[in-house]
Order: sequence, then C-alpha cells, then structure tokens
Amino acid sequence: MAAVQREERNMPETAPMKTLVSVEKLRVEMPLGAKGAGVPIVDGIDFSIGVGERVALVGESGSGKSVTARALMRLDRYARVSGRIDFNGTDLVKLSEREISRYRGNEIAMVFQDPMSYLDPLMTIGDQVAETLRIRGVGKAEARKRALSVLDELGVDKAAERLNSHPHEFSGGMRQRVVLAMALIGEPRLLIADEPTTALDVRIQDQVLDLLDDVSARRGLAVLFITHDLGVVAGFAERVMVMYSGRLAEDGEVENVFARPLHPYTQGLIKAVPRIDQDLDKLYAIPGAPPAPIARPGGCAFHPRCSQSFARCSAELPRLLTVGQGARVACHLHDRPANDRPVNDRKEG
Amino acid sequence: MLLTIDRIDKSFHSFPNPPTQVLHGVTFTVDSGEAVGLVGESGSGKSTIARCLLALTKPEAGTITYDGINVAHAKGEDLRRLRREVQMVFQDPYGSLNPRMTVEELIGEGLLVHKLEPTAAARRQRVAEMMEMVGLNPNDMQRYTRSFSGGQRQRIAIARALVIQPRVLVCDEPVAALDVSVQAQVINLLQDMQKRMNLAIVFVAHDLAVVRHLCEKIVVLHKGVVVEQGQRDAIFDHPQADYTRSLLGAVPVPDPVAGKARRMQRRLAAVNR
Repeated sequence: MAAVQREERNMPETAPMKTLVSVEKLRVEMPLGAKGAGVPIVDGIDFSIGVGERVALVGESGSGKSVTARALMRLDRYARVSGRIDFNGTDLVKLSEREISRYRGNEIAMVFQDPMSYLDPLMTIGDQVAETLRIRGVGKAEARKRALSVLDELGVDKAAERLNSHPHEFSGGMRQRVVLAMALIGEPRLLIADEPTTALDVRIQDQVLDLLDDVSARRGLAVLFITHDLGVVAGFAERVMVMYSGRLAEDGEVENVFARPLHPYTQGLIKAVPRIDQDLDKLYAIPGAPPAPIARPGGCAFHPRCSQSFARCSAELPRLLTVGQGARVACHLHDRPANDRPVNDRKEG
Repeated sequence: MLLTIDRIDKSFHSFPNPPTQVLHGVTFTVDSGEAVGLVGESGSGKSTIARCLLALTKPEAGTITYDGINVAHAKGEDLRRLRREVQMVFQDPYGSLNPRMTVEELIGEGLLVHKLEPTAAARRQRVAEMMEMVGLNPNDMQRYTRSFSGGQRQRIAIARALVIQPRVLVCDEPVAALDVSVQAQVINLLQDMQKRMNLAIVFVAHDLAVVRHLCEKIVVLHKGVVVEQGQRDAIFDHPQADYTRSLLGAVPVPDPVAGKARRMQRRLAAVNR
C-alpha cells in the first residue's frame, strides 16, 4: 500500500528523500518561572522532514507539540529558541525578525485549530486570502485572481461569488478551507497543521483530511500534522513522531509504529483510541496526567505513568536511540548493547 | 419509562429572518438505568434536545414527560424535583466551573441548594465521599479548578452533578475537549457510575466510537430529524439510513494500512465519477 502511494507521487521507494527541514537540539524556553526564569517547554529535540513528506507530531496537551511547531516559524515572540532549525540551508534560529517574516507564508505556512478565531469577521474572504500576497506587494487584481484559483482548488463552491462573503456566512468545514487557502496562496513548501480537525465533526474532519491529502500530493507539499489523536493520522501520515513532556519518545514510519509501537507511551496512545470496529468492556486510558513542564519528574518523564518502568527509569534520562529503519525510541527497555547507537548524546542538565 | 420525549418541535427566531425549525417531531424514550446516545453533527439539534430535557428551554409542540412530570409546564415542587433528579455535565470543563469557587464549594453547591445536608460538616463528608468515588483526592477540596487538568475538571463536573444522586445524567459532549489519552478515563467513570447508581445517561456526542462503548441505545439525528434509532448492535452492524452509514464511514480507523486503503479508494471513486 505504501509503495502504491509513493508511485502515485513519482517518488520511488528506493530514492532517498531530500531533507527540507532539519531540527537539531531544539530547545524552547518560555519566561514563565519566577522573575521570568525560562521554563523549557521543548527540551532538546532532533528531527527532520523531507520534501513532500507528511509527518504527524502526536502528544497530549502540554507535551510541547504546538510550541515546537510555532518555534519553526518563530511565532512566539517571548520564547527563547536555541538549537538549530535548518530550512533548506538557512538556520532559522539565527534570522532576525525581519528576515524570518519572509519565510512565514512563503516557505512555511500554518493552519490552526479553530478557523473562526483566525478569520477577521469584518474582512471579506477574498481580501483575507489575498492578504498574504498583498503584503508581498502583489497587485490587487492579480492577488484576487490567485485567491480565486486557490479557493477553487480547495473545492469551495462558486468561489468567484463567495470572494465577497464574510466568514460568518461559511460553515465550519468551509472556513477551514478558507484558512487552508490563506496558508497555501503563498505556495509554501512546508505546511504546519495544528490540530486542524479537532473542532470539526467526523464527516467534515474526513473531508478536510482528504483535502490535505490531495493538496499535499499535488503540490509535493510537506505537512507537519499536529494532533493528540493517533487515530486521525493513521491514514494520512507517512511518519509519526510521538512527543512527551518536551522530548521525543518515539519516531518511526506510520505502519511500523502502529504495528509494533516501541515506547510504552505510544502503546498507550494507540490503545486509548476508541475503535468503532471493536467491542471492549472497558476502554483503555493511560493512568494519571502528563506532568507540568515546571515539575517534570526526573529520569524518564513518563515513568510515573508507565506500567513497565523499572529502577533505571526514575534515575536516568533515556537517550533517543536509533533502532533500525529510521525508527528511534527513547526508552530504557530498548537500550540494550546490540542497538546501542546514541543519536542524542546530550547529558541531562 | 423514566423519560419520554414525544414528537417535540423547536424553532429559533431571529428577526428579520424567518424562524428556523431545529427539531422536527423528535421522539424517543429513556428507561431508568439506560444509557442513550444522541448522535449527529453540529446543527443536528442534539444540544437543543438536551436543553429541553432539563427544562432550560421549551419545545413549541410535543411533550417531554419525566416520571409523571410534564417537563415544559413543571413548577413548584415538581420543578424542584426535576432539577434535583435530572443533572447535566457540559462539554467544556474550563468554562462550566466557576474559577472563584473551591472544589468543595463547586461539588457541595447542589446539596446546599436542594437543602439535602443541613450542616456544613455533613456536606463536607458527602463531598469527600463523592470525590473519592470519581477518583479525586479529597485532600484537594480547598483547591481551585485552575490547578486541575481537563480530565480532572471533568471529574469535578461529574461529581458536582452526581452528589445529589440524580436519576438522569445528561452529558453534552463531555469528552470532546479532552485528549484521547484521558477521555477513556471519563467514559469509564460514567460507565461505573451508571452501574453503581442505576443512573440513566443521555449522552450527546458526535464521536460514534465513544458512543458505541457507553450506550445501549442510539438515536441518530440529522437536521433535527431522528433518522434512525435502535439498539447499539443494530445501528453499528446493520445501519438502515444512508446518513448513519456515512457517519460510520467517516470515523477514522486507527490502522494505517486500512486507513490509507480507504483514502485511496475514495480518491479513485472521485476520479471515476
């Protein structure tokens, strides 16, 4: 199945994927502590996204997944971002505010959870979609023409008439299409979708996913899809990264992660998805709640909720180990001499 | 029957526009101790039904009968009994709990209002028992809701509803705002409480997978019309209405191979059309 999908996009399975973004030791601190002391929301993560690749970033509320995504566009003004974000040869961390603004919308674009709060209720749809281009100095008529073609591409009915409508005249699914059009009009190479379907009904969610699937295939667009629900991304993503309390717990190809989840946390997340095709007496829930970043437990942050934890888990931070076929996991259960190849040598500090 | 909803109509007026009818002759029943799922998309009228059940709004036509009380016309002692025996849990545990009240005040409020426990000490005792029951630590009684996570807040909301021992619990999308990893905790809690207190639950949701686990009976709504209702197995295994089938078909399958196959198939179908 995976092979078929790749052929369709002229991407033979054997050809190595070109890297679009490569993130190294990314650390994001927010000034939330006493006297504005930095609290590390994202605590040293490494990953890369290939050209046209769809990656899912999965984690619970407070795991740092949105902060990671926002750091890629440097959206949080007060966040202290360190490490390296290599986008096509440029380190985005080092750019000035003025320089990074050239990347926003043109190279990297973002779609947010609640389309209504990101649309200006007093501005017409046409003006909002065209705004990205107008800011870049594109003429009014030209920007409007392109807004029309993007809305058309995204399946907005009678797009020409609706350019003059306001957001309140659109349904939830249609608003999400408008927000998507705003993101895509600058022809970015990476689209960050932050829980784009969480506020939507199942049928609309399905339509939006189909749409993202189509657009990303047609444009060779890389997508970083952020969600707390592994079930949503199973049919969409090629790769899944699981984040827990500011660090990566697991990273692997979607088929492998679902068939053989390595980290106990990933196993829990998969089991927790309620299934429509199975009857169970009791639904599975991961016990407890994720820790606050200010009070992260020592050792592996997941150990208080983990059913397989042992002495070493509370004492030592697990390294992110490469365990074959581009799969990585940060868990002492897998830290055996045979596959002992650290990819993250950073000491806990 | 504990609760009978008989052919209710409801419209909303928004002058100068003509009124919009949101419920068209909705009919179903809830037995005591039974969990009924109301399923439908935004705008299907499921929350309006929930509000009608609690006498928060009145239907224009049709009747709702709770244990011999006509809900729309209840007053005096009847209305007080209705308000005590039919309780609600809302969707957003961040918006439905007063941030200026402690957990004890929040959970004990119903006891105070309905004069069920005259002394503060007895109320505190009941609150502590209830907190224990829903999996909260009674030592957290004096804390405010801001220090609780979404799942814990929803437990507080459930404790608050259940402390006065209602017979019907109406839940309006109680897990939609929660992470998947903790939503099962809340569903399992509701299931436990249903069994322990012989509670009837009216569960409003758009997530069919969740409804399947909790509800024995399912009512499918589309634009204010009941398109199908029946026992769980009948609805899930042999759906009759096209709308039910399309709802079931849209539920994401947490299996990459099946999920991608389905998406491919749909894309091929779209091309051939």
